[in-house]
Amino acid sequence: MAYKIIGSTCSGCSACDPVCPNEAIREKSGVFIIDPAKCTECVGHFDTAQCVAVCPVDRCIVKA
Amino acid sequence: MQSAYISLGDLKAHRTALAAPAAPQASGCSTTGSAGKASCGSSDGPGDMPAEIWEKVKNHPCYSEEAHHHYARMHVAVAPACNIQCNYCNRKYDCSNESRPGVVSQKLTPDQAVKKVLTVASEIPQMTVLGIAGPGDALANPQKTFETFRQLQEKAPDIKLCLSTNGLALPDYVDEICRYNIDHVTITINMVDPAVGEKIYPWIYWDHRRITGYEAAKVLHERQMLGLKMLTARGVLTKINSVLIPGINDEHLMEVNREVKKRGAFLHNIMPLISEAEHGTHFGLTGQRGPSAQELKDVQDACAGGANLMRHCRQCRADAVGLLGEDRSDEFTLDKIEEMEIVYDLEKRREYQDKVEAERQAQHAAKEAALAAAGGDDGMKVLVAVATTGGGKVNQHFGHATEFQIYELTGASTAFIGHRRVDLYCQGGYGEDEQLPSIVNAINDCHAVLVAKIGACPRDELKAAGIEPVEEYAHEFIEKAALAWFADYRRRVAAGEIEHIERGDARIRQGAVMAA
Ligand code: SF4
Ligand code: SF4
Repeated sequence: MAYKIIGSTCSGCSACDPVCPNEAIREKSGVFIIDPAKCTECVGHFDTAQCVAVCPVDRCIVKA
Repeated sequence: MQSAYISLGDLKAHRTALAAPAAPQASGCSTTGSAGKASCGSSDGPGDMPAEIWEKVKNHPCYSEEAHHHYARMHVAVAPACNIQCNYCNRKYDCSNESRPGVVSQKLTPDQAVKKVLTVASEIPQMTVLGIAGPGDALANPQKTFETFRQLQEKAPDIKLCLSTNGLALPDYVDEICRYNIDHVTITINMVDPAVGEKIYPWIYWDHRRITGYEAAKVLHERQMLGLKMLTARGVLTKINSVLIPGINDEHLMEVNREVKKRGAFLHNIMPLISEAEHGTHFGLTGQRGPSAQELKDVQDACAGGANLMRHCRQCRADAVGLLGEDRSDEFTLDKIEEMEIVYDLEKRREYQDKVEAERQAQHAAKEAALAAAGGDDGMKVLVAVATTGGGKVNQHFGHATEFQIYELTGASTAFIGHRRVDLYCQGGYGEDEQLPSIVNAINDCHAVLVAKIGACPRDELKAAGIEPVEEYAHEFIEKAALAWFADYRRRVAAGEIEHIERGDARIRQGAVMAA
């Protein structure tokens, strides 16, 4: 149960980082990554995955 | 797209219809007559601006058409995240609202940004304004934005701070904006009708959801209007930016102008959509074109009676440093500023700025004198292009110009109407003949180009295109030079030496992808 960021399409805009309720997202060499151990797919917090809702790049964040 | 575009004739008819209700608001401007109207932005005087606002903006490099020849501003890119998607934006690059599309700014942390600002301000004493704009939205990154402001307020109290936002998050941060004494806020408002807005904004991130379509535009519109009203109530200067998108919001921008003026915006800046397929934006890929120079001017003129209009926004790259079209950002890259020793000398900056202010006053006096001596309005109206590196003078070589300042002249007025970016004609000593036609296209609506100097080859080609190259007024103040040339031009027309011919339209340069 986790999402992942496809690094090759990530623009590094950082929009996803602050919206995650679980602090699962951090920067790593210019792009962002999700810690699968922390990601709950937002279940229990919000109806939709917050990082997916805010990410400006289509299909950049997908189910792992 | 093309077929939906309203014709210029329609636009003009619309303008006439608007003229009557707009007139009472434009009291300060209308006294100078119709020709003077175009100049009622912020060049000649307070116009219909309250005195305290005029006091704040008269030396402002962003707002005062005169001051922007003498003072400089810079932007730092500390806020890369955004909370909406615009069809004229490709998030791989900078925001094409404030900045040129297809350009990437160096992303900075607040600490890096503060160091950079202090370094630039020490090296360039004319640097008096710091902005946080795109890429991204300043208020979608509130921690980074306000941390940068907090440090700067402490370390460089004489620098004015400003930010740009799409307005979605604005109502939540009005208190914070007041706490840091932000000099002015720019809101990008492209519509006041969600039916127009849904063609510009595919989605917004709002209340922990992605919202699309009409509803998205409606929420954005309501937040923008609320934010503007709140800023006005707190006395924060607020400017509105609008991107003119032919066929989508061109006609509508007059309504935007009315609505934002009503809610207290002190300036309205209408800028052209810049759109090319290679920018990878939705508009670029779907063939939505940007406006021509004449189309832009028509909409700006039609709005001139409403909120004060600003015409000198240059959509510079977001991390540009310098005066006018100049960009010295290469001197201040992260690696370079790491090595620079900085001494922030307030006293030295103030002394220098006093000198700059004296120069600005001299330019203003020269303009007033030239206007007083001018022959009077006989209905003839022309545009001229001017090559300048700042200081309010005709002081740039034609071949070194990367942009021209455009002035509209009548026998009784001069009005700055905008700038045109061009490709550098002179590259390392050789004239680039491929560039010349594009320069001619960019200033094709002008009767003359005033320069400090020009080579024989471009001179002949400009003449052949019907644009008179003029070197006689090198190093004179711009308005004085332009009026003197125009008086001579009219003398020659009257004497039958030359024939006065109306000029055509000009093309707005679309900006090179990735090139700095
Ligand atoms: S899906 Fe939710 S929990 Fe997982 S990384 Fe994205 S925002 Fe965080
Ligand atoms: S929002 Fe998307 S593009 Fe931006 S940093 Fe996160 S994953 Fe990358």
